[in-house]
Amino acid sequence: MLSNAYVNTLLFGVYPYICLVVLLIGSLIRFDREPYTWKSDSSQMLRKGQLRLGSNLFHYGVIIVILGHFVGFLAPHWAVDWALDPVAHQLLAMVVGGIAGVVAIVGLTVLIYRRLADPRIRRNSRKWDIAITLMLWLQLALGLLTVPLSAYHMDGVLFEKLTSYVKGVVTLDGGAAALMIDVPLTYKLHVLLGFTLFLVSPFTRMIHIWSGAGVLAYLFRPYQIVRTPKTRAKEPVRS
Amino acid sequence: MKIRAQVAMVMNLDKCIGCHTCSVTCKQVWTSRQGMEYAWFNNVETKPGIGYPKDWENQERWQGGWKRKKNGRIVPKQGGRLSILAKIFANPHLPEIDDYYEPFTFDYEHLQKAPELSTAPVARPLSLVTGKPMEKIEWGPNWEEILGGEFDKRSQDYNFEAVQKDIYGQFENTFMMYLPRLCEHCLNPSCVASCPSGSIYKREEDGIVLIDQDKCRGWRMCVSGCPYKKIYYNWTSGKAEKCIFCYPRIEAGQPTVCSETCVGRIRYLGVLLYDADGIQGAAAVEDEQDLYEAQLKIFLDPNDPAVEAQARADGIADNWIEAAKRSPAYKMAVDWKIAFPLHPEYRTLPMVWYVPPLSPIQSHANAGAIEANGEIPDVRSLRIPVRYLANLLTAGAEAPIVSALERMLAMRIYFRRRQLGEGGGQSVLDQAGLSLAQVEEMHRYLAIANYEDRFVIPTSHREQAEDAYGLKGSCGFTFGNGCDFGPPHSTLFGGKMGRRKLTPMRPLDT
Repeated sequence: MLSNAYVNTLLFGVYPYICLVVLLIGSLIRFDREPYTWKSDSSQMLRKGQLRLGSNLFHYGVIIVILGHFVGFLAPHWAVDWALDPVAHQLLAMVVGGIAGVVAIVGLTVLIYRRLADPRIRRNSRKWDIAITLMLWLQLALGLLTVPLSAYHMDGVLFEKLTSYVKGVVTLDGGAAALMIDVPLTYKLHVLLGFTLFLVSPFTRMIHIWSGAGVLAYLFRPYQIVRTPKTRAKEPVRS
Repeated sequence: MKIRAQVAMVMNLDKCIGCHTCSVTCKQVWTSRQGMEYAWFNNVETKPGIGYPKDWENQERWQGGWKRKKNGRIVPKQGGRLSILAKIFANPHLPEIDDYYEPFTFDYEHLQKAPELSTAPVARPLSLVTGKPMEKIEWGPNWEEILGGEFDKRSQDYNFEAVQKDIYGQFENTFMMYLPRLCEHCLNPSCVASCPSGSIYKREEDGIVLIDQDKCRGWRMCVSGCPYKKIYYNWTSGKAEKCIFCYPRIEAGQPTVCSETCVGRIRYLGVLLYDADGIQGAAAVEDEQDLYEAQLKIFLDPNDPAVEAQARADGIADNWIEAAKRSPAYKMAVDWKIAFPLHPEYRTLPMVWYVPPLSPIQSHANAGAIEANGEIPDVRSLRIPVRYLANLLTAGAEAPIVSALERMLAMRIYFRRRQLGEGGGQSVLDQAGLSLAQVEEMHRYLAIANYEDRFVIPTSHREQAEDAYGLKGSCGFTFGNGCDFGPPHSTLFGGKMGRRKLTPMRPLDT
């Protein structure tokens, strides 16, 4: 069914834009209208236990994975080609992505176990907290499954096709979806679940990723912050 | 010089009776909400003891406050900016809720609904975190009340540093005191410095340190960054919360709830003018024992015309300058030097100060001749070791504590003699370095402690205040969006955050 041309256009041509628009507009609305709900929602306070191991493995692993996706898919050809031929590029992606993905999924497994098995955390989890971690686990698993799959396509053609697709989506190329029609199912599912994660993010704790990028401002601010009555008066009264 | 004003608090520990009225009224007003049951913006500890949360004074463990680097600069003890960001996924120094205590209620319903039994029904404790019965309550917010528990446990108290503590385990040598604690609203707050989101700030006009709830992202670095452990992570809302010094009351010229309701009249609130440019220097002095003096030096004399002129130039209102002249905090900290900061060695320049408590003369001294130092009994024969108080209040410097205790003893001796018509108190005052006018004023402030003397709080200016018109008819001060009661309404973003389904107590009338 996924290889039907109409369905293919819907899923890989239209759906990504729905997801991206909801991600951007949804995040913006939540940030503006519901700032009190904008948080990382840590459960470390309730139980330290395995959190330190699981959270560090997962976050550091997944940050490398995400940055790898950004650089690997969105870097223009001229920025990569002088250093790496397509095969080497693919090999680098498989090795670095594979290692970081394993680190992340090990960490996430620890976190999911903790969330479901510890009565303190379980009791205080929202449905979305559990759903999003399971979705992330599945996405990491699908991503890792593509590593051995890619080993069968070491000529770099499939890799190039996927790169062109992602670039096509980002550059609003209406014909990009056609590239996906004969891509193996695992890749298709990985892409679809990825966009679905974008879709649900504004309604879950995933919004803390925006703030994770925002905290880099901490590196450049003075230690002390003083607010004067004048600066406070500019803030709107919230009831 | 840049002059700023702060409403500072002084607590006269000599008169604290440990009744916990401050803690209870504070909790009723500010923290009787899910997620904050375990949090006490104000708590009263019995010392010696490891306190609340457990062992909070041990900064080798919790890494709160600042550390001075070899080059003379100070950085948060838990690490610089990069180091703090690297720990953001799992803060290695964050206390667990069990370090405070697992909040609980009791299964009261069972008392009414239990069938006929051969024994009386029992209300078992229920955890407010899981809703499940707890086998045994292991710790509470005031577990060490009046030296409850063994000496082995309470002797872990950090303030026993350099004290021969073994003898204080013996019944006849034991000692205790109360220590009410709230946020110190520091001049150099390490919580503000630790916040990756920049959501914590100090108010310029009255020095109150607040967390912007809309900007807090729950990174938790402030909880470990605060050496007094006075920032609490709300495990339901996912935001950090802290004592707000009852700023809505302070703005209206009223004392904080803890001060207003203090039965022993031990709390004083008054304006201190300080040199904001001197903060960094004062917090970074090399020797920890000089930190108390360094902080004293940046407090400015409001009666000095030059200070007054500069304060006015820096935008401090006349009613604040007038209040600073009558400030009980200034009198106790600077004029009489009987009040001290709590743990100045954390380098945060705290603004809640304490008058150390007198204690009975030790029994062995009582049996023989009391060792006297001139006409004043030797304060080293008091039951509470001077070194213990010094560790608590002056980073171990004993001289200022001795002087303060002597002044308080001198005041008592002078007034006892005057009351009994014995006369001859002047020599006592001379020895303690007090003038007649000073001792009479000390007596009025410490012994009589009238409401108007204890609380000298200037109101904030209307033109600078928040425009409250938009709040008319709303819920008042709430935490989050909308009222804190009533059925939760759902929104696009998962309903009202900060209210999860967890109510172990079932209403009886349904």
